[in-house]
Amino acid sequence: MADPMRIRVAARDGVVNVKILMSHEMETGQRKDGAGKLVSAHYISKVTATHKGQTVLSAEWGPAVAKNPFLEFNFKGGQKGDKIAVTWEDNKGESRTDETTIN
Amino acid sequence: MIRRKMAATVLAAGAALGVSAQSSPEAEIAKYREALAAGNPAELWEARGEALWKQKRGPKNASLEACDLGKGAGAVKGSYAELPRYFADANRVMDLETRLVHCMTTLQGFRVADATKRVFGAGTNRSDFESLAAWITSESKGVTMNVALDHAKEREAYQLGEKMFYFRGGPHDFACATCHSESGKRIRLQDLPNLTEKAGAQLAYTTWPAYRVSQGELRTFQWRLNDCFRQQRFPELKFASEASIALTTFLARNANGAAFDAPAIKR
Repeated sequence: MADPMRIRVAARDGVVNVKILMSHEMETGQRKDGAGKLVSAHYISKVTATHKGQTVLSAEWGPAVAKNPFLEFNFKGGQKGDKIAVTWEDNKGESRTDETTIN
Repeated sequence: MIRRKMAATVLAAGAALGVSAQSSPEAEIAKYREALAAGNPAELWEARGEALWKQKRGPKNASLEACDLGKGAGAVKGSYAELPRYFADANRVMDLETRLVHCMTTLQGFRVADATKRVFGAGTNRSDFESLAAWITSESKGVTMNVALDHAKEREAYQLGEKMFYFRGGPHDFACATCHSESGKRIRLQDLPNLTEKAGAQLAYTTWPAYRVSQGELRTFQWRLNDCFRQQRFPELKFASEASIALTTFLARNANGAAFDAPAIKR
């Protein structure tokens, strides 16, 4: 089971700022281990953020994103107390969803 | 479908580094650090460490919540700024790692060998010590460093640490002081702190633990010492040993007066 994300959401002047820290190895599939064998690729391939069930960000990621990625974005129209949910899925079929509210 | 305006930024290591011709490399590195600090992955270790602290584990199925880090059982806030210190119950000076081993063995019933099996993490094999240190040190953020040296054994440890700092040895005839007693020195692009000066000693000590971007790991001050020993081609610094505690005492005490500012982020 993957570790939880750290999500911070703050609304200011009608704009909601979302900061997400994800815990993931983000293996590119290009590196070799100590024995010279390729380490199989393991990276987040899809990220979705929803505001009250409605998608506000959807992204397709690849192996070029850093380990333990940090994602920050803004959207308009959120109110204090609204629910924000973030989901990532990786290329091995694992996924994780975490929720928070706007403050 | 309602369209919402959004701007997304994915911060990959190094991607935010803007290069301009005029400014110095140091200023550019400072900008790079600033860009990274907004989303310091050290928080992931802090969260894990807090959970570990509260989780019932070991043969005695106990949590670490009754662990005394020097400010009373279970008091974590500000404790790291006063470590290492003398603990009467163990009759010796202990740094954070040593104290954690003490609590893991006395409270949780772990054997020392089991507790210290993995002191530094790598990839998915995470170290409990690094996670616990991340959380415990984060609870001292902003607290002024105050290593007292009231007890005779604390002073003894400080003096031993000072001796070690200047002791030359190993195949390269190296001492800690070889790299860390002159200002303006660096290894490639990394500035080396002058630990014989107050400002350098304070800046160095108060910014560990740190998330090392190049390793994708959270590293503690203990790790920094061990890696310095490796770089000097010294024998491996034994975890929670007298030597390790003494050197930590020397460097922590020299940082007195500065606000603790970690977990930080480093290249």
